[in-house]
Amino acid sequence: MSGGVDSSVAAALLAREGHEVIGLSMQLYDHSASQPRGRARSGTCCTIDDLHDARRVATRLGIPHYIMNFERQFDEQVVSNFVQEYAAGRTPIPCVHCNGDLKFATLASRAGALGAPFVATGHYARVEKDAAGLYLLKRGVDPSKDQSYFLFTLTQEQLSHAIFPVGALEKSTVRELARELGLTVSDKPDSHEICFVADGDHASFLEGHGVRAAPGAIHDISGKVLGTHEGVHHFTVGQRKGLGLSSPIRLYVVGIDADRGAVTVGPREALERTDLTASRVNWIAGTPPSPGARATAQIRHRHREAAVSILPLEDGRVAARFDEPQLAVAPGQAVVFYEEEVVLGGGWID
Amino acid sequence: MRIYFDHNATTPVHPDVADVMGRVLREHYGNASSVHRLGQEAKAVLDEARTSVATLIGAEPSELVFTSGGTEADNLAIRGVAEALEPTGRRHLIATAIEHEAVLVTLKALARRGWRTTLLPVGLTGIVEPGALEDALTDDTAVVSVMHANNELGTVQPVAELARLAHARGALFHTDAVQSIGKLRVDARELGVDLLALSAHKFNGPKGAGALWIRRGTRLTPILTGGKHERTRRAGTENVPAIAGLGAAARLAMAKGAAEGERVAVLRDRLEEGILARVPGTVVNGAREPRVPNTTNISFERVEAESLLIALDLEGIAVSTGAACSSGTLEPSHVLRAMGLPTHRAQNSIRFSLGAGNTEEEVDYLLEKLPKAVDKLRSLTARRA
Repeated sequence: MSGGVDSSVAAALLAREGHEVIGLSMQLYDHSASQPRGRARSGTCCTIDDLHDARRVATRLGIPHYIMNFERQFDEQVVSNFVQEYAAGRTPIPCVHCNGDLKFATLASRAGALGAPFVATGHYARVEKDAAGLYLLKRGVDPSKDQSYFLFTLTQEQLSHAIFPVGALEKSTVRELARELGLTVSDKPDSHEICFVADGDHASFLEGHGVRAAPGAIHDISGKVLGTHEGVHHFTVGQRKGLGLSSPIRLYVVGIDADRGAVTVGPREALERTDLTASRVNWIAGTPPSPGARATAQIRHRHREAAVSILPLEDGRVAARFDEPQLAVAPGQAVVFYEEEVVLGGGWID
Repeated sequence: MRIYFDHNATTPVHPDVADVMGRVLREHYGNASSVHRLGQEAKAVLDEARTSVATLIGAEPSELVFTSGGTEADNLAIRGVAEALEPTGRRHLIATAIEHEAVLVTLKALARRGWRTTLLPVGLTGIVEPGALEDALTDDTAVVSVMHANNELGTVQPVAELARLAHARGALFHTDAVQSIGKLRVDARELGVDLLALSAHKFNGPKGAGALWIRRGTRLTPILTGGKHERTRRAGTENVPAIAGLGAAARLAMAKGAAEGERVAVLRDRLEEGILARVPGTVVNGAREPRVPNTTNISFERVEAESLLIALDLEGIAVSTGAACSSGTLEPSHVLRAMGLPTHRAQNSIRFSLGAGNTEEEVDYLLEKLPKAVDKLRSLTARRA
């Protein structure tokens, strides 16, 4: 229970159905340290106020509620990866690690030890069991809220313990339910930013975590130097704002070479890619699809899925060829494959 | 089943205390500073409570200042003395590393304003060595603050000896006796201290009432200024019902005397021995003597205390780990850390603190449930490892 609407309603729905529900919240980072200027941070999660909200909701539902301290695990498994990836010029997705390595790993096993066989979250996704007894991960019903992209690392084992009560609902219905249930969180804004980065200021956060601000050159695709930058950690592939360059055409970051400290910019067309490879692939069914299998793929959370052919490779890798060129294939993001609404699997873009 | 083994956090209000408070709330609503008879009645309620608390700790009623609780009493003692002695040039404060935050954070606050501070170390016993104080004392030490009994371990500090050492160097001595009042016989003069803080809710009184005993003649600057309440040492209309509750709790503590401590000690020892015998990989943190009779702090190897606490709560048993931060999650206990225990051990530790309502059946229920809960949590760690 993050203190937000979705997990609150998820808990409420299960309690209403008569399940024995234990509310758990994760304290993930030192709140005082993450809010150095005492600024209120709206639209994030897991602040001290959010934890209090979660407790209020649990009290309202009449369920026990505990806040588990996962600061160390979060730092080791999520934050440090985020920092390393950025420092390496890649664009990480901490939410995926938080789901797969914390919520449906450490938290789930703690819950198991308390006698709870299932872990429910407020994710907009669905788990179903098919005729063969295989667990399927499916998109949430509300297309604008679907979060299946962030859950692609879940294994059959993890899915067998997972419940997503709001996955079958529209967000508007969830808010309505929250109001009906008298939950004070019904009007809380959705969270968008990365929760542990105050004010969305990635660069300051990374520098606070030991990433050195090493200046370097910004050049175009022909190699011509257009300007300088304060460190590659200020950039992600596809970024357009904050380049500090004047140019008759819109320029985008098209490549980051962390070793050389170089940032390459180019026109929109230079961002287009048809092929990608990805590593550490998880196939939800446990086995890869056959070579050449047709599917759709998403290369970031807000990406509109596009038709693709899948070629599974050795060593848990995969190659994908899109029918149409896609913009901003960012290393470090995930490619997640779908067949209709079903998540086939995904991996980390090389 | 609801079993409460967290009496060092707070205690249930005794029914007699609740009765007294209810009566005062309903009938004696006057302002104790008012001239009319309703005011006089309220004043009489305060006087009675003051006499009761004074008797409990062997003090004069006029030496007591009622406060909102232990934290305020500690603040008044340390800030009040530090400020009163400021013109004398005594700008050094000493406390132990295992004090309650009410003392530790107050020292930090004063350190930011120019006072020098020294925290005395403790070893694995959880008891401060007099030699450490001797080494730390200087000619400009204003006040030494050492808790009587530690809230997490229950260990009793050699306050009388430490107070003598402090006085020998001209420093004042404050003791936070919040965890010993009601558990041990405490006589402020025998302890030889100058200031002593206590809190009602730790001995079956209400929350929001406490007192600071200030030995007659001790210079102290008030931290709350305003009206001439409490002999101008603590301004603000007195919380008469809560103070009446404090007085009633003090009378009950006196009436129970040493017998209750002996009864609780038997239960605590049964619980402690039972855990050590039935759960492998357990060890008591800190010295087992001298300790208040109700407390034991036990490390469970390869068990996250947080999970064990929750598992026990789901079985209806309320226990605690040492420290809880503002959101109610765990931070490694500063007390266990100060003793030199590694972080993992500090995060393996559960505090059991017994009290008036506890019975042998309750202890046995815990001894039945706890080993199973520990086994379950350990099998989980083993699987993951």
